This record gives sequence, C-alpha cells and structure tokens, in this order.
Amino acid sequence: MSGFTFTIDGIDVTAEEGQTIMEAADAAGIYIPRLCDHEGLRHQGSCRVCTVKAGGRSVAACTQPAAPGLTVENETDHITKLRRDLVEMLFHEGNHLCPICEASGNCELQAMAYRLDMTAPTRFPYLEPTRPLDASHPDIALDTNRCITCGRCIRASQDVDGKGVFGYVGRGIHRRLAVNGADLADTDAARDDFAMSAEVCPVGCIIRKGEGFSRPIGERDYDHGVIGQEIEGKRRD
Amino acid sequence: MADPSTDAIPNVAGPDPAQDAAIREICARHGDDPHRMMDILHDVQARFRWISPASMESVAAATGLTRVAVEGVASFYAFFALSPKGRVTIRVCDDIIDRFAGMPAVRAAFEAALGIGLGSTTECGAVSLEETPCIGLCDQAPAAMVGDVVLTRLTPERAKEVARALLAGARPEELVCDGFDGLAPHAKATRQVANNIRLAGNVLLAPVPDEAGLRRTMAIDPAAILDTVEASGLRGCGGAGFSTGRKWRFAAATQAPRRVVICNADEGEPGTFKDRVLLTERPHLLIEGMTVAARAVGASEGILYLRGEYAYLRPLIDEVLEDRRARGLLGRSILGAEGFDFDIRLQMGAGAYICGEEGALISSCEGLPGEPKTRPPFPVTQGYLGLPTVVNNVETFCHVARILDRGADWFRAMGTGGSHGTKLFSVSGDCARPGIYELPYGHSVAELLEMSGGEDAAAVLVGGPSGTMIGRDAFDRHLTFDDLATGGAVIVFDGSRNILEIVEYYMSFFVHESCGYCTPCRVGNVFLQKAVAKFRQGLANQADIDYLRDLSATIIETSRCGLGTTSPNPILSTLENFPLVYSAMIKPNPDRLRATFDIQSAIDGARKIAHRRSYIHDRDFSE
Repeated sequence: MSGFTFTIDGIDVTAEEGQTIMEAADAAGIYIPRLCDHEGLRHQGSCRVCTVKAGGRSVAACTQPAAPGLTVENETDHITKLRRDLVEMLFHEGNHLCPICEASGNCELQAMAYRLDMTAPTRFPYLEPTRPLDASHPDIALDTNRCITCGRCIRASQDVDGKGVFGYVGRGIHRRLAVNGADLADTDAARDDFAMSAEVCPVGCIIRKGEGFSRPIGERDYDHGVIGQEIEGKRRD
Repeated sequence: MADPSTDAIPNVAGPDPAQDAAIREICARHGDDPHRMMDILHDVQARFRWISPASMESVAAATGLTRVAVEGVASFYAFFALSPKGRVTIRVCDDIIDRFAGMPAVRAAFEAALGIGLGSTTECGAVSLEETPCIGLCDQAPAAMVGDVVLTRLTPERAKEVARALLAGARPEELVCDGFDGLAPHAKATRQVANNIRLAGNVLLAPVPDEAGLRRTMAIDPAAILDTVEASGLRGCGGAGFSTGRKWRFAAATQAPRRVVICNADEGEPGTFKDRVLLTERPHLLIEGMTVAARAVGASEGILYLRGEYAYLRPLIDEVLEDRRARGLLGRSILGAEGFDFDIRLQMGAGAYICGEEGALISSCEGLPGEPKTRPPFPVTQGYLGLPTVVNNVETFCHVARILDRGADWFRAMGTGGSHGTKLFSVSGDCARPGIYELPYGHSVAELLEMSGGEDAAAVLVGGPSGTMIGRDAFDRHLTFDDLATGGAVIVFDGSRNILEIVEYYMSFFVHESCGYCTPCRVGNVFLQKAVAKFRQGLANQADIDYLRDLSATIIETSRCGLGTTSPNPILSTLENFPLVYSAMIKPNPDRLRATFDIQSAIDGARKIAHRRSYIHDRDFSE
C-alpha cells in the first residue's frame, strides 16, 4: 500500500490511499471533533461537526479522502466557530437539560460544547419539540428528546448486530429516529446489542434500565478531561 | 359514489390477509425489488389511498427490508400519505406567484365548498385538500393538482364547481374538458396546460427534424460524439452549468460492467417550468438526446425521473417510449446497430424538491429517501447502484440531439463568452406575457423584461430562490453563467410586492424541502425563517441583520449539498440589493426602545394552562 503525506494545521500526517482525512488524523493523534462518526461504524457525514478546510474548501473530514500534499485546517478560530454553531443548533433542536440527564458527564454533545467553548447563552431560538419517551422495552428506554439524529445506533444495529432495530423517518426538521415496530418492545432489540451499548449513543437517548447513575457525577468520562484527549494522547512529538 | 378502482380503507388494527395478498401482488409486479420502492409505494397508495403501517409490513416482507426502512421512504415524500385520504386529493399550489395571483381566495373557495380545511378529508371520503410548493405552472397561476390532472388559472367560482363535481363523484379527468378520455396523450396534456411559448429560438423550439442527431451519431464512433459535445461548449441547463462533454468523458472512462444515463425531469426550482414545455413538445428530441448519451458513454440503462407534480405528462411519455421501442429507436440493436442496446424506464417522483439534486435523484431511483449522496465518489464514477452514471437535465439532452445534427460550431457560435447556445427562460410573475422564451445566452434582464411585458418590475429573481434577487439598478446585468446564472427561472415582482414576504415564503420553502440529513440545513434554515419572521413582525433590531449574515455563512459553509449552500440566498441577495427593506423594519421607536419579542405570545402557553387572563392584554379583564 502506498503511503503519502499531507498537513493538518501545519503538522505532517501520513496517510494510506483510500483513508479519509479523519482516519489519518486519528492515527496521527490529531483530534478532529465529530459526533455522528464513531470508530467501527460506516461514515455518515451528517452532523458536519468534523468540517475542516481542505485545500481551501470546506468538507466533512469523516468522508473526505486524504490526498497527497493536501493542506487541512482543523482547529482555527474560524472552523471552531462553525463547529460551535453546529453544536448549538443540535442543542436548540432538541430538549437537552443537562442537569437532569443521566448521561451528563458521559455525553459527547455536552463534552463537545465544553471543548468548543460554548459557555455563554446562545443566539438561537429553542425549537422545543414535543418528542416521545419509549419505555416499553423491559431493558431499554428511549428518550428521543435527547436524540441528535446522529444515526450511530441505526448503523450499529444494521451493520454490527445485523438487526435493523432503528431507522430514520420523515424529512427536514421532522426527520427523526424511529424503531422497527410499534414501539421498542415490538422490535428484536436486546440489552446486549452493540447498538444499545454506552459507546454508541453519544447522548442520553438510549438508556439501559437498571444502571442509571452507577458512576457518580465527578467520575464520568469527561469529568477529568476534554473529549478527544484519548486520540490526542497518541501523538508522538 | 364509490370508485370501483380503489378499495375501501382497510382497518389499521391487525393484519388483513386480503390486503396483504394484494400488496404482495403489487411487489411481485415490481420483482419484489427494494430498488423499485417508489413504484411499489405509488401502487399501494393508488390502491388503498394511503400507506398504512400494516401495508408497510407487507411491503417490507416482500422486498426483504425492515418495516422502518419502508417507512423511511414513505415518510420522506410529500405525495405519499401516511393517513387515510379521500378518493381524490386536491393539492393547491402554494407558491408565492400563485398566492399573488389569487390563490388565497381559491383555497378559501375549495375549503368552503368542501366544508374542510387544508390537510383534511371530507367526511364522505371523497376529497382530501392539501397544499404543495411550486408545481411548475407559474405562468398560469393559480393552479392545483386534482388527482393526477392539473387545473390552471383557477378562480373561486371554478374551485366551487370543481369541489361540487368531485363531491358528486366525478373523476378528475372529467373536470378538464368534455371527451377528455378519448383524446390522444399530447392533446390531453395541452388541454390541461398551455405551453405559452412566447419566443421560439433556433435550437429547441424551432421545428426540429426527426432523429437527425441520432442518425449522425450512428455514423461516428463514441469518442467523436464526446469530442463534438465537448467542443460545442454545452453546459448543464439545470442550473449548475457543468460541462456536459467533460461529465460524459468521466463516465465513459470508468471501467464498469454497465453504465447508466438518467434524465433529471424533476424540475422543482420555484418559477421554473421550461422542462415541462420540452417534455410536452419535444419528448422525442429528449429521448433522442438520452440515446446519443448512451451511445457516447456506452450505457445500456436509462431512467427518466419525472417529478410527481408532472404525473399528468406520464401517459405522453409512456406513449413516446412505446413508440420508439416499436420503431427500433429504443431496445435491442438500435437503428440496426449490433450491440447498441439501450432502454429507458420512467421513474415517478413523489413531491420532493431535493430530488432535483443529482445524488438525491439517484437515491430516489434506487428506492431510497431522496437524500444526496456523499461525494466523492461522484455519480460519473459510482452513481446509480454503484455504476457510472450520467445525469443531465431535460434541456441539456435536447440540446445534445441538436448539436449532433448541426455540429459543434453551429452551437458554439451562439451565445457569449463561456455561455454557448440558447437557453429556455421561464418568465412569470408581474409581466404581461409570462411563458417560455428561448434566447441565446447574453441578453440583459431589461431586454427579457421588455419582451415579456415586465417593464414595471421592481425586483427580478433570476434562478429561483436559490438564485439572485436584483433591483432596477441591476437590470442591465446579463443572463449568462458568468453573470446571472439560472436554470431557467425569471420571476418578476412589481413595486406592490413585499420583498420580505417573498423572502419569508422562500425560506419556508427551503425548510419544507430540506432533506434533514445534515445539521446546518435541517436546523439552520428553521432559524433563518424565524429570524425573517421577526423582521416582518417589526421585532428585529440592527443585531439581527448581523445574525442573518452570520448564520447564513455557517449554513453555506457546512451544508452537505447544494440545497444548503444556496438556501440563504433569498436573504443574502435581498440584504445586498434591497437593504432598505430590512433597515425600514428596524427603525428605532421614539422612546429609543425596541421590543425584541412579543411578551403576550411568549407567555400564552403558560397563561392557557393556568387559565389566567392578562391584566394588560385582555380588554375585558376588569369587566
């Protein structure tokens, strides 16, 4: 396999033919913020939080192939501002009440907001949608108020579990996560599905019953460091 | 009166064996192929008037998909019904041109005569009433779809008449004219819709010889066809303007077992209706152009994707395809050339503007929700079902057939600069002679306004809402790719029109038509629409102008496809060219204070829950 190099924020990165900008960056220990992308799942390119400037053009790093000599801008003020806008949009689109959410501290959306310095009240209007809570399943609950339609559970169920428990329905602002049946209990969803695991849902939408608050606030994933530090920790320089 | 062609609305609860069998039969007719989901759902809906959860189960079982995957498709397209509908659905056109032409009164007449509001069905189950964005009839607005037929130049009286007839059991076809059923497909189309060809140019609307381009194609090798098309300077006529010859070259150069040619007849940009006229008057030229493309790139499969709003043209297109098969112009060994096999299937859309985007159109042809595809790969290398695919607009294919007949130099000599040949402009709005004008590229907006009797124009929207809105001081600008590019729409507004009303309408259009795949377009456009509404309500301040610009920039820079990268244009081009309409709405009050929100509507929900009336706002409080 032929390797080549390109740069991200002035740092030389090695890539293999066919790798995306994000894959190459991950391997090199450079973190590109993302929400809909997750290791082991198909790239979707829908949240747009991984937007970078590549050769002067804005593209999604998770789907854009790396190319020899490409100049990529990742953590510039301009790009960080765009990403903060996108994360704010996701907060305003749903009903995200961090103080009462079981996922607080483990939530990638919340952690991303901190990383991108979303600390002041935002300019956007709250859409305050009415969304259902599906507690029909004995082991799993879905609180779609918190869903950011990243589709990670859809891909995990389809491609890893081989089931297809979830899917998108509707269009535009009404596009939402739906289950393959009248409710979750009507599907073949199981507690041990990869789709239901803590790592797949980035927010507090998919909840495994009986283990709420098992790790106290203060000892959670992002209580001791920003999101992306595990990737940045891999950098050798 | 019951219509024997549709069954009674089935009960939702519990599986119905007869219904399941009927749906299995429909799926079998389409080879139980999940890629034919659009056709399957169209047929299910035609039979049962809606797509129920139970019917989704049946379709899923037959095609090997999950129910939620079927629901994902059914719920994406506006013309698929997820609740029971009447025997006939009336869809009034909600475009801004229709509104200005009197649609509110027509709609009110429909509502009164049917005794229902928009989004409802009469109790007798005869008629459902809905609204839909631009149906491509702006030059004869107000217009409506009634089932699969269209009615134009509606008046409140005509609406009443139509409603009464439908309630009495009439079929939509009977509303067009007496003896409609006996007419040939072309006559059926032109009885419903006037072509309004105001100016026929040399290339497309002048008389064209039959199959001259195709016959010329057979005499040269595919490489020479590519050379000719590229040398002509032809660029895509759908709006983007990519070189047609180069696009074809990429597809031809990609190694693949099969290649595909798709015609994009999903003309959805509000104010555009030129493809409708070509489909009516030049369908053979269009198919000829697709066949030339197939020859050039080595394609065996063709798809003509026709927008659901143009369902009334389907019998005409079907007849043309059948006729060409019978004459050896489609199918095996075209014109006797051994190994030149190419056929076309007609794919009906179902009410989704986004499907005019190349990738979304391919998704729809594959039986998926109309979502754009990730690029790269580009469709020319991996498009429909992963095969190299050429997607071109109706007008582009028509041009190709003419170029092959008359030569690249003939075409290249017309137009100006990098814009060669002629272009069809669909002119509508406040002008005396709305309709189609075929002109060489390079005319000014002022010249087109003079031809169309639009001299009173105060604003012209070139290219539809995703294009540019210009004022009088810019009417000397030119209709070319390099100045004012357009897929065809030229919409004229006179001084009596409220620019902010127009902008707000177009933002609501983009909100309605965003596919919802990516965050900025899905959410950001809703915010833009709300911000424009704030201006219209007089609740905006100077900071809101900066907010509009800033939010627009984020949407443009981070959106995944052309819808999101152009949807802020109605705002940005009016901020640029009509700054006064915004600043007039943010004049400070004499007390130097500005209300930025309406407190009454803000607390209204809470007030209702608490059953509490307002001391300030409820006039009868003290009584």
